[in-house]
Amino acid sequence: MTDIAPPAVQHSDGQHSDIERIPYDVVVIGAGGSGLRAAIEARLAGKRTAIISKSLFGKAHTVMAEGGCAAAMGNVNPNDNWMVHFRDTMRGGKFLNNPRMAELHAKEAPDRVYELEAWGALFDRTKDGKISQRNFGGHEYPRLAHVGDRTGLEMIRTLQQKVVALQQEDAVSHGDPEAMIRVYAETTITRLIKDGEGRMAGAFGYIRETGRFVVFEAPAVILATGGIGKTFKVSSNSWEYTGDGHALALLAGAKLLNMEFVQFHPTHMVWPISVRGLLVTESVRGDGGVLRNSEGKRYMFGYVPDVFRAQYAETEEEADRWYSDPDNNRRPPELLPRDEVARANNAEVKAGRGSPHGGVFLDIASRLPAEEILRRLPSMYHQFKELADVDITKEPMEVGPAQHYVMGGVEVDPDTGESCVPGLFAAGEVSGGMHGSNRLGGNSLSDLLVFGRRSGLGAAEYIGRLGPKLPVADEGEIEAARAEALAPLARTDGENPYTVHAEVQDTMSSLVGIIRTETEIKKALAELETLDGRAQTVSAQGGSAYNPGWHLALDMRNIMLMAKCVATAALERQESRGGHTRDDYPGMRPDWRKINLVCALEGDEITITRQPTPKMRDDLIALFDRSELKKYLSEDEMAAMPPEAGVAASAASEESH
Amino acid sequence: MSYTAALRVWRGDHGQGDLADYSVEVNEGEVVLDVLHRLQATQAGDLAIRWNCKAGKCGSCSMEINGRPRLACMTRMSTFTEEEVLTITPLRTFPVIRDLVTDVSFNYAKAREVPSFTPDPSVGLGEFRMQQTDVQRSQEFRKCIECFLCQNTCHVIRDHAENENAFAGPRFLMRVTELEMHPADTADRRDLAQEELGLGYCNITKCCTEVCPENIKITDNALIPLKERVAGEKYDPLVWLGSKIFRRPREASSPKAAGKQS
Repeated sequence: MTDIAPPAVQHSDGQHSDIERIPYDVVVIGAGGSGLRAAIEARLAGKRTAIISKSLFGKAHTVMAEGGCAAAMGNVNPNDNWMVHFRDTMRGGKFLNNPRMAELHAKEAPDRVYELEAWGALFDRTKDGKISQRNFGGHEYPRLAHVGDRTGLEMIRTLQQKVVALQQEDAVSHGDPEAMIRVYAETTITRLIKDGEGRMAGAFGYIRETGRFVVFEAPAVILATGGIGKTFKVSSNSWEYTGDGHALALLAGAKLLNMEFVQFHPTHMVWPISVRGLLVTESVRGDGGVLRNSEGKRYMFGYVPDVFRAQYAETEEEADRWYSDPDNNRRPPELLPRDEVARANNAEVKAGRGSPHGGVFLDIASRLPAEEILRRLPSMYHQFKELADVDITKEPMEVGPAQHYVMGGVEVDPDTGESCVPGLFAAGEVSGGMHGSNRLGGNSLSDLLVFGRRSGLGAAEYIGRLGPKLPVADEGEIEAARAEALAPLARTDGENPYTVHAEVQDTMSSLVGIIRTETEIKKALAELETLDGRAQTVSAQGGSAYNPGWHLALDMRNIMLMAKCVATAALERQESRGGHTRDDYPGMRPDWRKINLVCALEGDEITITRQPTPKMRDDLIALFDRSELKKYLSEDEMAAMPPEAGVAASAASEESH
Repeated sequence: MSYTAALRVWRGDHGQGDLADYSVEVNEGEVVLDVLHRLQATQAGDLAIRWNCKAGKCGSCSMEINGRPRLACMTRMSTFTEEEVLTITPLRTFPVIRDLVTDVSFNYAKAREVPSFTPDPSVGLGEFRMQQTDVQRSQEFRKCIECFLCQNTCHVIRDHAENENAFAGPRFLMRVTELEMHPADTADRRDLAQEELGLGYCNITKCCTEVCPENIKITDNALIPLKERVAGEKYDPLVWLGSKIFRRPREASSPKAAGKQS
């Protein structure tokens, strides 16, 4: 039980004997939706591809996605098309989205969903046999392809089975199923390795089962590691979400965009404490569920902000008519974007109108027949019944907000996913820009597919351009990574990593959570400073083989970096927008819409710089009405607007179905 | 509302180890995984546990609790009395890596033995048309979270390691049924199920169904119908005669296509 990594034997060429070297063309870090989709594309482009998975194959956080995958296929409402989806996405992100990413996403999502179907996915169907689509917050039309409330599982399983299908082909053509694409399960990357010229050359990590070190030598690395949820105390995210890819990118010299934007999804279980943060899908509201306070009032009508006034119903009668007649009625306010609903729930609880365990009530029981609830929301029924003794077909659920997603991430080229470090790519939640200040529900699963594929292609093309002289991993960097990884095992008197982790989560949840102020963020930064010192001296008891204490000790570096990035950016942005609400700076400020905040690492210090947001092309601007643009853009931006802006919006939406 | 529970947790690696005794605090509403996490955070930092979502959706935290194969994240402490000693051991069928973590690579190897989804190549992107009633049957099997509790429980391999080569286990026989019932699949895996994946070893004791945390009716809805399809092909005298006389390729003469539309 004490198999600490063997003593370092250094060869004459300077390489350690305890580090295995495995060459690949493309290394994908992360085996969720974006990682698998990227790896499939790289393999289809003929590249030898490694998939590095922190867990077992098929267990990634994507399995927890419930509601669906947004794609403007127009199967349920034929008025839907990419332009409507693009508009909804920009509105949801409060116009801070990278417009090119939002455009590519809206245009390509339908084909990515159809592709899954061709790989064996079985989505729920419409009466005429097409893929069914459901309503969701912020989406003008029913748009989410789904399988009950377990869409993420269907997606991960389909991609997993596609990888297996490719391996079966390779077994026939190469005599080895793993000749071209291989999954390294339960393997964690702790450092990216560059060559002497600053280009990507590989990734250093450990294999969980044995604790052995490994370097994947590859000219292209795709980060697909998901988010940073384990920085917060109450989060719907799984164990793996320790900000690994964000931190690896930062340490390798890449930049992180808008880390202040953290999504607090409005509905999670609040009781029992043990399940606090367990997601309650937005589909409950998409399928008719309503939010009520302790007085039984359906309070969302009082929380419709000005920018959305025109699209949301003002009375319960109109809202209820919308489910059967969406063309002639406006949407129920329960289906506002997530940031709005989360703030409303928070305000009701603060005003003393919360549920017994500090949440609000989500009622589907009085809205749908029991059998319909069981058919549409089987996991929700199961989850409440098994874990809280609540029968959601008979009584309301108690729900509250929890950290759910991070909009901020690695700054990438929209078309290829490449970061500013040559050969380093990112896709999915770890990348930034696509969702602006707030992500719409359903836009995550489609994001994974669209940009997973694009980063796989981008990596393959990058390798094609490299020529014969491939990057060679710098031995000094490998040596440093090895020493860093061994340090917590060598320390005998350090602190318990579990204790430090819990305190970081407390600090972030209580001081940099859903509602923020300058005083509290400054307090958090001071606490983080102290915690950082403690995190650097944690020690792990036991050996290196499957030792969770050691794993957490190593993850702490990433968790600390993410906590500091979020807090630093949150202090800098003096406005409230999407997933960043400042009590001391309420409301959006048009001048701040022009600014992206960029985190970088200089030495040990996190720096933050203001960078102009990318310009939206005129043809994309023309998809919006001038009156709507005025709500988001500053006066000088409006003055510089092309004269035709706004008038083409209605014409454009009619021309293409 | 808190109490202290007595836990006996298997500690060790590569087949060597023993049960270790611990006393751990338990709070209202907690599940076994919460208590194991508290043990890990306060007394046994290197206790190896495999887990991910803690929401019953990923199927990682499979273990045996008082001898019963279960997900630790979905087993509430309130199902035991406060005096009861909880014995927590790794899955018995698979080799132990360390403590409660086992080597489940057997399952990933078996997954590769099932020929993948094979649609008609002439159907273009977005052109599939399937009715809800037709997809529903395979959808039940696609609820599977691959916790491998059924694989661990099935006595064909649990008690007879020598069968591991010849038997794919309930999870992957169910995968065959799922593909057989997929309305857009064109391949035929019935011979393979019988001859390579060991369908005949299953004697429908329904243990797999009993431990499935997703409540999938593995035996009734997947394994028995697959046995019937295999029997229909192999032992129906008319089908047998037809295949001898006409010698058509399997796709054309197989009653599978008709079975799919039913």
